[in-house]
Formats: sequence, structure tokens, C-alpha cells
Amino acid sequence: MAGADSDDSLYPIAVLIDELRNEDVQLRLNSIKKLSTIALALGVERTRTELLPFLTDTIYDEDEVLLALAEQLGNFTMLVGGPEYVHCLLPPLESLATVEETVVRDKAVESLRKISHEHSPVDLEVHFEPLVKRLASGDWFTSRTSACGLFSVCYPRVSSTVKAEIRQHFRTLCSDDTPMVRRAAASKLGEFAKVLELEYVKSDIISLFTALASDEQDSVRLLAVEAGVSIATLLPQEDLEALVMPTLRQAAEDKSWRVRYMVADKFSDLQKAVGPEITKNDLVPAFQNLLKDCEAEVRAAAANKVKEFCENLPEDSRETIIMTHILPCVKELVSDTNQHVKSALASVIMGLSTILGKDNTIEHLLPLFLAQLKDECPEVRLNIISNLDCVNEVIGIRQLSQSLLPAIVELAEDAKWRVRLAIIEYMPLLAGQLGVEFFDEKLNSLCMAWLVDHVYAIREAATCNLMKLVEKFGAEWAQNTIVPKVLGMANDPNYLHRMTTLFCINALSEVCGQEITTKHMLPVVFKMSNDQVANVRFNVAKSLQKIGPVLDSNCLQTEVKPVLEKLASDQDIDVKYFAQEAISGEFSTIILKYNLHRCKLMTQHYVTLKLKKQKT
Amino acid sequence: MLSASPAPALEMSAISASEKVDGFTRKSVRKAQRQRGCQGSSQFAASSSRPAAPEISALPQLKDASSTEQHELFMQKLQQCCVMFDFYDTVTDLKSKETKRATLSELVDYVSTNRGVLVDPVYPEISTMVSTNIFRTLPPSENPDFDPEEDEPTLEASWPHMQLVYEFFLRFLENPDFQPSTAKRYIDQKFVLQLLELFDSEDPREREFIKTVLHRIYGKFLGLRAFVRKQINNIFLRYIYETEHFNGVAELLEILGSIINGFALPLKAEHKQFLMKILIPLHTAKGLALFHAQLAYCVVQFIEKDPTLTEVVVRGLLKFWPKTCSQKEVMFLGEIEEILDVIEPTQFKKIQEPLFKQISKCVASPHFQVAERALYYWNNEYILSLIEENNAKILPIMFGNLYRISKEHWNPTIVALVYNVLKTLMEMNSKLFDELTASYKCDRQREKKKEQEREELWRKLDELRLQETSERGFDSGAGGLTILSNVNLRKRLWRGAT
Repeated sequence: MAGADSDDSLYPIAVLIDELRNEDVQLRLNSIKKLSTIALALGVERTRTELLPFLTDTIYDEDEVLLALAEQLGNFTMLVGGPEYVHCLLPPLESLATVEETVVRDKAVESLRKISHEHSPVDLEVHFEPLVKRLASGDWFTSRTSACGLFSVCYPRVSSTVKAEIRQHFRTLCSDDTPMVRRAAASKLGEFAKVLELEYVKSDIISLFTALASDEQDSVRLLAVEAGVSIATLLPQEDLEALVMPTLRQAAEDKSWRVRYMVADKFSDLQKAVGPEITKNDLVPAFQNLLKDCEAEVRAAAANKVKEFCENLPEDSRETIIMTHILPCVKELVSDTNQHVKSALASVIMGLSTILGKDNTIEHLLPLFLAQLKDECPEVRLNIISNLDCVNEVIGIRQLSQSLLPAIVELAEDAKWRVRLAIIEYMPLLAGQLGVEFFDEKLNSLCMAWLVDHVYAIREAATCNLMKLVEKFGAEWAQNTIVPKVLGMANDPNYLHRMTTLFCINALSEVCGQEITTKHMLPVVFKMSNDQVANVRFNVAKSLQKIGPVLDSNCLQTEVKPVLEKLASDQDIDVKYFAQEAISGEFSTIILKYNLHRCKLMTQHYVTLKLKKQKT
Repeated sequence: MLSASPAPALEMSAISASEKVDGFTRKSVRKAQRQRGCQGSSQFAASSSRPAAPEISALPQLKDASSTEQHELFMQKLQQCCVMFDFYDTVTDLKSKETKRATLSELVDYVSTNRGVLVDPVYPEISTMVSTNIFRTLPPSENPDFDPEEDEPTLEASWPHMQLVYEFFLRFLENPDFQPSTAKRYIDQKFVLQLLELFDSEDPREREFIKTVLHRIYGKFLGLRAFVRKQINNIFLRYIYETEHFNGVAELLEILGSIINGFALPLKAEHKQFLMKILIPLHTAKGLALFHAQLAYCVVQFIEKDPTLTEVVVRGLLKFWPKTCSQKEVMFLGEIEEILDVIEPTQFKKIQEPLFKQISKCVASPHFQVAERALYYWNNEYILSLIEENNAKILPIMFGNLYRISKEHWNPTIVALVYNVLKTLMEMNSKLFDELTASYKCDRQREKKKEQEREELWRKLDELRLQETSERGFDSGAGGLTILSNVNLRKRLWRGAT
């Protein structure tokens, strides 16, 4: 490596290692995070012969430092001299993979997996695979847990004898004495199954899966569920019934709610993995049971999947299954005792309307939507309102509007400002769907009421909402309905409301356009520059800066500038500051406009010249 | 790994107008809301779909039966108590529930006052009755972010029966006629495993009972001891490294405290491993405050048993010393003081340097409680004598921070305490103290210079890296730099072209 010789004196390893040993943890951590720089200074050979042995020997440090080290080493291949030498990184990573702290160990395994791909097939068998074996037969559970994550990366690239050994090791770990290792094995079972030959999936993996799925600890059983889904995707359809279904059926009825929760949570994947026939015969009743489970957690997880489950049902029998089997359960969930269950359902139930079509929606789903719109829990109502677009497509929102209104009004006045905030955010969408007439009649007053809310976040959202409404309904609508009301607030005795006028003007000027801004808004802003509250005055300065781009340059020069100059000599320091800011900002826009103007003139000039030339 | 509870939703239900302003529900309000749903039972969470429990009718009293009938009646009553009732539903089965309660209470009486009632055939019946009543999958917590320090626990709804079952089981184990050799066929590994899982119960009353039960089992079943210890280890490891959730850590540690007390000397490797691999890492847990007293007791027990463990323990604690949680730091300081109270002077010498470096940092902590707790060490006669004995080593470690703090700590109490400590140290070795005072400035400057040198070194290293990357296009995770050099390259090309 270039310059490596002269570096010897400059960067003796002792100095660098001192840095890695610094007494201050933070400094040590910083050094480790720049380990690649140190390695670069040392050159590839000394990194291999001096730095790595040092790192391997001194692995007893704060977990924070070890974590950084484990991460660094995953990117070290080039720094030790490329793939040819990548196995030099194995010893320090091996020690890191036996550390107690889970995050360190996981990171070490991640790095090992990464560098495993950089090993040649020979190196993999000579260096990597023995490491996996050592970890798999370690004394303390930590190394065995780490081993679980390494089998799948080396299995595809080794000889068949080594493959047999790897399978044997995995099998041993699946029946390990400590639940920690069994959990690790269970969580990697699916991944391992994917790299195995189909015959071994059938002969080995299935029995391991069955054993883990009936482990004495529910924490192991629940991990087997996920593995089961992966395994099911690998097997041909005709083997599913005999090999995985009995175990999965049993998991769906496990005595521990955690396992049932897991089944509910993975239900859509499971459904895709097993295909339409098994879905019809097995999964439908299982899903019904989960929707009726005695633990709310499980019901909520299942409720979340209702839409996806129905969508993925085989087309020929979809409607019948939904109508006869799923809908009755859904109906019950609408009046569940647990609010999480209800709100989980509310977040997906609207999606059913596209699946069931107009008539069924009106007859069966609409009553449920309406019931949920009246639910005592605001989150349920919000979830319904936020998904209105699905229903809109199918039956039009008019069907709902009568019930929608009271729900919206109630949410708009909810005690929790976060709830109010959430409903404001849906206003533009609702306005678009309900149309301008309905809006003016029923919702406009709400939108104006938010402008004087107690909470600033609501007032802010309300101004933003107005802007979006104007984008939808146009400037003329704005001039007739909202601008007068907004400007009226400029005379409010409460200075916070007067400021809201300014904030609204900031938001509205651009969408309303030059004419409305100059004619109607600007005079009000000018008038407010004489307000007795300093906060209002400096917000006038800010507003003038904001709306400047909308105004024409003549107006800026003759009207805005004098007002700002007056504010710049205000007695209040903040007013002065913002006025000056605005003047410099304003000027730059003026200059910009001027330049643009000149550019235009010049091009015109140029074009005319060109034309002349052509003529001559 | 397991996120079994749905995401905490927006808080529900009507709130007073006063809350409209800030919107954040106060803890007290949330608590009041929660109180309503504070009774949970894992056995009958939703009863609608379950078949009704069979009605049970009262049998004659045991004390009225003749001695020949008594045994048969006892068995019948045990079987009767296997019928389970739904305590969620407060209206149905009232009569049967009362019958079962009265029967259980009679059984408690019967096994605690009578001799010769524990004949072989009753063992399986008792085991079945107890298992049926207490073993269950614990329900999900009502409150997904349950904070054991702040929140009211969810109480077990079926406690009126369950308490009596525990009571009965305990009297059974304590009965002078109890035969472990007969019972071990029923109270086996599987039984104990299920019992241990129940330590996660949110109901403190239940945990208290299980604690005593497990303690009795550990005492009477020698064959189960190693198994119990191993399973407790697994629970702790899962708690530390996987879930950070287990309600019964304090209770398990209490049992372990008395188990450690009984360990024979020399300590087995297994026990030492338990200390280093489990008890010490337990200090990293988020909920340390809930069981720190019990944990510190266990640690000190170990050191008292075998003083040679002092060094590894103290170094272990120093490794896990809290970085950001002052509350925990105060706990650690408390535990270290407990250790120092029993430390042997020869052991003290082995750890004094790293330990006092940490104490010196604590003394300089901007959090006054941490500083105060550390400074209190100087009120401890025994610690003071150890410091005095080793002042030549300790004084230089402590001096810098004490001197600095005496001038600039914000809290007057701390400044006053520091003055006292400085005074004590000066009296111990005035010559060394004067030297340290004299060299204080030089030392600081030397530190600064060293710091500058460090920065210089890193600057050079970074330059080298930049050079390498741009010259050789050598990229090892420094993609940003390569791009930068490419930009430079393009700039040069541009300049050359124009």
C-alpha cells in the first residue's frame, strides 16, 4: 500500500491501540467507530497481524463499544486485504458472537452473515463452517443462540457431508436444554428450511417444527408459528394437509393467548401459503374462532386482518364465505367490550365494501359503519372517517352524510386536542367528497370555530386546513365565505385571535391570488401594524415578508416598504428585528423581480433582433 | 421480540373541560379510569361462549363424619373443588361459589389441624385440585405500558377461591405427615415449571403465596433443587436479555437470598456462574428499582460466603455502571457501600483503583443526589479506615475532581460536603495533599496538551484516509468520501476543458 512505509513512524500501533484503550468510554467508542481509519493507517498486513489479534484478545469491554466493533468488522474485508483474507475476521467476531448482551451478539451474527458471502467455497468449509460448529456446541447458551443464525448462510455452499453435519447441529439445537436456544432455533427454522433440499424439509424440518410447536414454553411455540408459514410456502400442496396443518390447527387453539395472537397476526401470510382449498376448509373456521377469542389482544389482531383475509379468499366462494361466516363475527365485534378491538376493526371494515359491492354494503355494512360512527370511543369514529374514501367509491358518501355530520361535530369538539387535530386533517378530504354545498351548510362554521381554539396546534392546523379548502373550492369561494370572517377577526379583543388573522393571511395569500390579497387582505395587515401588542406588530412584519411574492413590485415599493420602515423604527426590539429582516428579504424579492423583468426584456430584444436579421 | 399488545391507542372516555386545554391526561385521571377494569381473570376472560359451571351442593362437614367416612368425604371435597367458576360474572353461580369457598376453607382447616389424614391416595387428588385451580396462562396485562412503580396492579378476580387453594397447598406441604417421597410423583419438574411461570402474575398477593410455596418445595424436594435453580436462571436471562418484563423478580431473588445463604463452601462453579452471568447483569434491567434491595442482598451474601469473589463482582458492577440514569446510579452507590461494609482489606486493595475512579466521577456528578450519595461514604467509619490505610493510592485519584467541584458545583450542600471530605483527606496525608494542590494546574495543562495531541493524531488519520480514498478510489464503507473525490475530479476536468 502506498505510503505504508513512512506511516510506520507516524502511526505506531501502540499509539493507535492506546486510543482503543482510552479510559474514557466515550473516547474509546469514538475510536472504535473509526476503526477503519486506524486499519487504513496500519495497512492490510499489519491490520491482519497486529490489530486483529489485539482486538480478539481484549474483548472485554462495555457492550456499547463491542456493538460498534461488531458492526465495523462486518465492513472490514477490503481492509484486511480482500476476500482472500476475509477469514482473518472470524476470530474476533466469534468471540463477539458469544457475548451475553443480545444486541452485540446479533450484530456479530449479522456481520458474520455478511462476510460469509465473501468467503470462497473452500474457505467457507475450512474456516467458516468449523466456527459455526464450535459455536453450536459451546458451553454457554449465548454461542449456541448465535450459531442458529449462521446455518442458513453456509448450508447452500458446502459439500453434502458437511451439509449433513449442519443439519445434525441444527437438530440438536432445536431440542436444546435452555429455552433461549430453542427460541433462537425456532426463529431461524423458516429461514433454514428455505435453503434445504425439499426431501430434507420433509424429513427433518417437519419433525423439528412439530416439536417446537408443542414446546412446553409458549415463547417457543409462538415462534414456531412463523416458521410454519414459511415451511408451508415450500411444500407442494398435496403434502400440506398431512405435514403442517395438524400443527397449525393446534396453534390456532393453543392454550396460551400469545400463540393464538401470533396465528392471528400472521393470518394473511398463512392464508397465502396454504392456498384456497385449505383456506376454505380450515382457515375460515379458525379465523372465526380467533375473532371470537376470549382475549381482547387476539381479537384485535384478528380484527386487523379481516379485510385482507376477505380479499384473499378464493373468488368463487368469497361472497358466500364473507356473508355466512365472517360477517356475523364482525357484527359482534362492532359492539365489543374492548376499545382496541373496535378500533382495529374500524380501521379495516370500510375496505369490505369494495369486496362486497353496492347492494351488500348498503344492506349489511352500512348499519355497522353507522354504529361505529356513534361509538363512544373517538378512535373508532376517527378510523371510520379516515377510510371514507373506500365507501365513497362504492355507494357514494351521501348515504352516510346524515350520520357523518353528528360524528364529525362531536369529534370536532372532543376534549382531546389530538382527536380534534386528527379530524381537522380529514376535513379537506371530506369537503372534496361531500361537495361545496354540504360543506358551506354544515361544516364551514366548524372550520371557523377551530381558528379560535384554545390550543395553538389546532389553530395552526385550522389555518392550514383553510388553505387546502381554498385549493379545492377556488378563490372566488374563499372571497365570499372565509375571507370576510378571517378578516373580521382582526378586530377581536384577544390578540391571539388577531394574530390568527395574520397566520391565515400568510397561508391564504398565495392560493387566493394577487387581486384578493392586495384589495382585501393588505389593508387589514397595514391597519394591524398599529396594534398595541408588539407580538401582533412583529407578525405584521413577518406577514408582509411572506405575502411579498404575491404582490406586484409597485405595491411593494409604494405601500409595503413605508410600513416596514415605520416598524423598523418601532420601540420594541423584536418588532424592529423582524421589520428589518422583512425589508432585506423584501428587497431581495424586488431585485429578483426586477432582474426577471430585465431578462424578459432582453429576450424580447434578442428575439426581435433575430427576427430582423432573418428578414434582412 | 413479542409485541403482543396492540399499540397504545388514544386515551378514551369523557374528560372534564379542564383537560381540554392541555389535552395530556394526568396519571391520576388515567389511574381512576383504569380502576374500573382492574379485576382480571385469566381463566374466564369472556364467558359468553363457555358452558355454565355445574352447580355444586354442599357436602356434610368433615368433622361430623365418622373416621371411616372422613377419608372418602375428603376425597369428594377435593374433587368438588376442581369445579371452576367465572368471577368476571358477578351474578351467576353465587350459591355454588360460596359452597366452594366454604369447602376450601374447611379443607384448609382439616389439613392444618388433623394428623394422619395424608394417606397415599389423597396426594394425586390434591395435586389435581391445586393444578386445576392455579395453573393457567396469565392474561395479557390490562395496561400495555404497566409501570409497576406507578400503576395499580390488576388483581386476580378469582382470588376469593385462589387464596384458599394456595393456603391449603401450603398447609399440605407443611403438614408433619407430608411425605416428599410420595409427593414427588406429582410435584415434579413440570409442576414446578408451571409454578415458576406464575411468578409473572401481576397480583402481588398471589406472588407472595407462590414465593412461600416454592420455598417449601425447594426445602423438601432435594431432587428438584438443581432444576429449580436452572429454571430461575432461565427466567432471569429471558428477563435481562429478551423481554425486560417479569413481575416476580423480587420474589424470586428473595428465595435465592435464602438459598445462597445455605450454599456449602467451597462454592460450586455453577453458583459462581450464577453470580457473574445472572445476578450482575440483572443490574442492567430497566426495572432495577423494584428488586434492587433483594438483589444487593444476594450479591453481598455471595461476598460474605467467599471474599475472593469481591474483585469480579466489583469489576462487574463497574462495567454495568449506569450512564444516564441517576436514580440507578444512587442504587449502585448504595450497593457498593454494602459491599465495602463487609470487604476484606486485602480484597479492597485489589479494586480500589478502578472503584475510586468511578467514585470520583460520581462525586463530580452534576446530579446532586448522586454526588451526595458518593460523598456519604466518608461518613462510614470502616470505609474511612480503608481509605486512610490506602490514602497514597486513593488521594491522587479523588483529588482533581474534589478540588474542581469545591469551586464550581451548583449545589451548596455538595460544596459543603466536598470541603469536609477535602479536610478529612488533608488530615490523612497533608504532605501528599499539598503536593497535589501544587501540581493541580500543571496536571490540568498536561491533560489539555494530551487532548490536543489526540485531536492532532485523528486529524492526520482522517487526512490520510481522505488521501487514500481519492487517490486509489479505495472504498470501504466511506462512500461519501469517494463521491467527494469524484466531484473534485469532475471539477478539475471541467476546468481543463474550458
